[in-house]
Amino acid sequence: MTLLIVALAIVFIVLTVLVISKTQTLLKGVKGETEQNDDVVDSANNINAIGLFIFWILSIIGMVWSFLHAKKDFLMAFGDIPSASSVHGKETDFWFWFGMAVVTVSFVIVNSVLFYFPLKYRYNKNRKAHFYPHNNTLEIVWTLVPAVIMAGLVFTGLRVWNKVMSDAPKDAEIIEIMGKQFGWQVRYGGVENGKLGNYNYKLIDDVAGNQFGIDFTDENSFDDFTNSSELHIPKGKPVLLKIRARDVLHSVFIPHMRVKMDAVPGMPTKFWFIADKSTADMKAELGNPDFKYEIACTEVCGRSHFAMRLILVVDEPADYEKWKKEQKSFLASNPDFLEKVPASLKAKALKYFPAETASDTTTASAVTSLPTVSSLR
Amino acid sequence: MAAVAHADTHVHEHDEAHEHHEPQSFIKKYIFSEDHKIIAKQYLISGILWALIGGFLSLVFRLQLGYPGINLGWLKPVLGERWFDEAGKLDPNYYIALVTMHGTIMVFFVLTAGLSGTFSNFLIPLQIGARDMASGFINMLSYWFFFISSVIMFCSLFVQDGPAGGGWVVYPPLSALPDAAPGSGTGMTMWLVSMAIFIVSSLLGSINYVTTVINLRTRGMTFDKMPLTIWAFTFTAILGILSFPVLLSAALLLIFDRSFGTSFYLSDIYINGQALPNQGGSPILFQHLFWFLGHPEVYIVILPALGMTSEIIATNARKPIFGYKAMIFSMLGIMFLAFIVWAHHMFMTGMNPFLGSVFTLLTLIIAVPSAVKAFNYITTLWRGNIIFTPAMLFSIGLVSFFVSGGVTGIILGNSALDIQLHDTYFVVAHFHLVMGSAAFFGMVAGVYHWFPKMFGRMLNPTLGYIHFWITFAGVYLVFFPQHYLGIAGFPRRYYAYTGFDFTNKYQDLAQLSTIAAIVVFAANIIFLYNFFYSIFWGKKAPQNPWKSNTLEWTTPINVGHGNWVGEIPAVYRWPYDYSKPGAADDFIPQNVPFSATPESNFPYENELISEEKEIEGIKFDYSIPD
Repeated sequence: MTLLIVALAIVFIVLTVLVISKTQTLLKGVKGETEQNDDVVDSANNINAIGLFIFWILSIIGMVWSFLHAKKDFLMAFGDIPSASSVHGKETDFWFWFGMAVVTVSFVIVNSVLFYFPLKYRYNKNRKAHFYPHNNTLEIVWTLVPAVIMAGLVFTGLRVWNKVMSDAPKDAEIIEIMGKQFGWQVRYGGVENGKLGNYNYKLIDDVAGNQFGIDFTDENSFDDFTNSSELHIPKGKPVLLKIRARDVLHSVFIPHMRVKMDAVPGMPTKFWFIADKSTADMKAELGNPDFKYEIACTEVCGRSHFAMRLILVVDEPADYEKWKKEQKSFLASNPDFLEKVPASLKAKALKYFPAETASDTTTASAVTSLPTVSSLR
Repeated sequence: MAAVAHADTHVHEHDEAHEHHEPQSFIKKYIFSEDHKIIAKQYLISGILWALIGGFLSLVFRLQLGYPGINLGWLKPVLGERWFDEAGKLDPNYYIALVTMHGTIMVFFVLTAGLSGTFSNFLIPLQIGARDMASGFINMLSYWFFFISSVIMFCSLFVQDGPAGGGWVVYPPLSALPDAAPGSGTGMTMWLVSMAIFIVSSLLGSINYVTTVINLRTRGMTFDKMPLTIWAFTFTAILGILSFPVLLSAALLLIFDRSFGTSFYLSDIYINGQALPNQGGSPILFQHLFWFLGHPEVYIVILPALGMTSEIIATNARKPIFGYKAMIFSMLGIMFLAFIVWAHHMFMTGMNPFLGSVFTLLTLIIAVPSAVKAFNYITTLWRGNIIFTPAMLFSIGLVSFFVSGGVTGIILGNSALDIQLHDTYFVVAHFHLVMGSAAFFGMVAGVYHWFPKMFGRMLNPTLGYIHFWITFAGVYLVFFPQHYLGIAGFPRRYYAYTGFDFTNKYQDLAQLSTIAAIVVFAANIIFLYNFFYSIFWGKKAPQNPWKSNTLEWTTPINVGHGNWVGEIPAVYRWPYDYSKPGAADDFIPQNVPFSATPESNFPYENELISEEKEIEGIKFDYSIPD
């Protein structure tokens, strides 16, 4: 690669020198002519014309060099950069680079012409510009060519878009992620029924600890567990993120998964994807034992917008199930909320308490004594 | 032909009436002026001052981005004590406020008011052959509304809790809840009030521009003979008239939500330890309303720049603009499509993915007329005889930015690719090139080109070249590396990038952007010096310094009130007869009849000679009550 850079650099330097020397001879010729006073054009005209062209050549060198310099830190799969860690991400990456190739070609062609014409057609007293007001064929050609290219890009883009945005498969692992100032909270449906319990923003109570506004009159909520430092997902299995926000707009961004979706207060959103590289896989691929998947916020949300970090852990499916089993339900970790559970469902709720508490006959008294505990607060 | 004779005397009488103006007081002449040229200069100077402020704010946050935690304590006397800690580190809340104000100032106060306000006002009457705007009084009101709006926005920079913070898009609920951020307090109230007044100003201006173009064209100035600048200004004004009111409604509903307890945009919110009663509102509604203006707004910014560039490139290439009609139709196409692509800013907001598909399709269609314009500019250069005035250099720079920034729009407009790139630096790089820098270059090109007409003096060209070269290279150095940051996934509006593993890199590129931005800012100080020095001590301008065809160069060098002494010239030909075969000179102004140029007429133009008498005989009815 270094060889290529050096080779390119040499080619461009030679080109630059050639252009400068050639233009200098031209310049001398022109200078002789313009010594009679020419009121429109000053001596800088040629310098500016040549300058534009040299600028472009230097720009190409700069762009090639900076691309090669910067690409080691790209996220979009390129060269030895690992591919996206999600199934759809590999596809969007491909179309991104495909699109970039198309636009880079047009960018280079158009700019090259734009900077070459000033050099070629710079003012010369003895020449008259070519009166060429229109050419309908040309106009039609360069309307149709971009239109066809655009049509191709739209067609391929929408095919991918519709796939990514389709409904999640039935067997998808459903996880709730909620944005707040300033952090992410995740909630799982639990090990037993896997269903997320209802929530209501009016039940949110940070002091008591119910940050999600979980509705404990819904029995699905009894085995829900939450986490505010890590989001675990299984590898190779569809994951449906149910996204919401409770104060202002946030946006879930999982760069390595090519996942992004705004979190909107009052309007739950969703995004489903399949992660196909576990955290361990990435550690191995990058040779970096400290590698972590990260989740960031991409919708400005206030002071610590830049620090809404959540770690994403992609486990092998078996490890994931094991990890899930180890999690203690929210209710079990916060027994104060048992008082919110309707009396008829208390028995069901207690099922998710660790064995020693649930089987204990004193539990009932513990539960009844709870209101006093909370009223003390 | 009696009618013609009558018409002549009539016109003549009218003109005489114009010449006998009372000498005006200073206040009437320079402050509460109804003269479009003075109003244009007022807009220009205001725009320049705003550009300085907006640019300065960007340097402050660029310093923080290039050198995280850098000591900026020396700015305390200017920006206020409370935004810097003891070590001089910038406050993250204030960082967002800086980003917000930079965007607001640049988009609205510089590139809308400073650009359209200056050049639509200055050029429309001069290029269509009118003595002034349709309503000088409304035009004056337009400026002074803008001035009030400016004063409020400027004051908001210094209020206790800082100016508005939440991005220039001010999405609720953040902008609606003072509890959510200090930048949603008094500063946001002032932002909204200022913008509401700004919209009034913009509407008054736009209505005036359209009315003037439709009604006050001189004899013979049919629509197909109008310079492309005028077409561009007209389309811009129509865009503004149709889209700014929507922003006004968005802002008013936000004011209601903030101050009167309504729930247009608010629902299910828990903040500061309590659940708010608001339910049923939708933050997405605001985004739709905002972008219904917000997207046309980027064309409001770029179209006038493209229009002026057409004029400057044709003049300095000494060639007719290539595809005059194609240029008009592509601008018309852009204007129409500009209204129906707004939701490409919202692909990832959770709106229905089907809408995403529709807006992807429409967005990529708008690339076609934009590409046509770029190709036409380049073909205009082909086989020209190009003179590189500073205005021409800036115009070529504009085309380059328009292309370089435009092509990445094809990527971003594709909803599937936008998933990853949305709200990353890729977007920042894209719009700063295609819209920000391109429009800025258009504005600067316009100043260089029409400065002689504005002030009767020339700008120093050498300083102009230096200004161009530093700015041109500098802008690419600022924004090109930001594509790489975008490809690496860097989100926008981050105070620092050290908190995440995936963004804890590219510090060298961030520093490059920062240094280049400082250099660009410095280069523009050279321009300011050139500008203000030349107003008073510049070389005296000749009658037609660029040998241009349009009507403004037929006015006296120092244009007085009423623009033309005596009769307004009639127009016989299009404005792009440069280097016409057979003609002695390489330009034939619009007011030269075909009968005077038999040597260069095309056959169909010889036939038009018979219509000249008719054009001269057109009688305007001045009896319409004001």
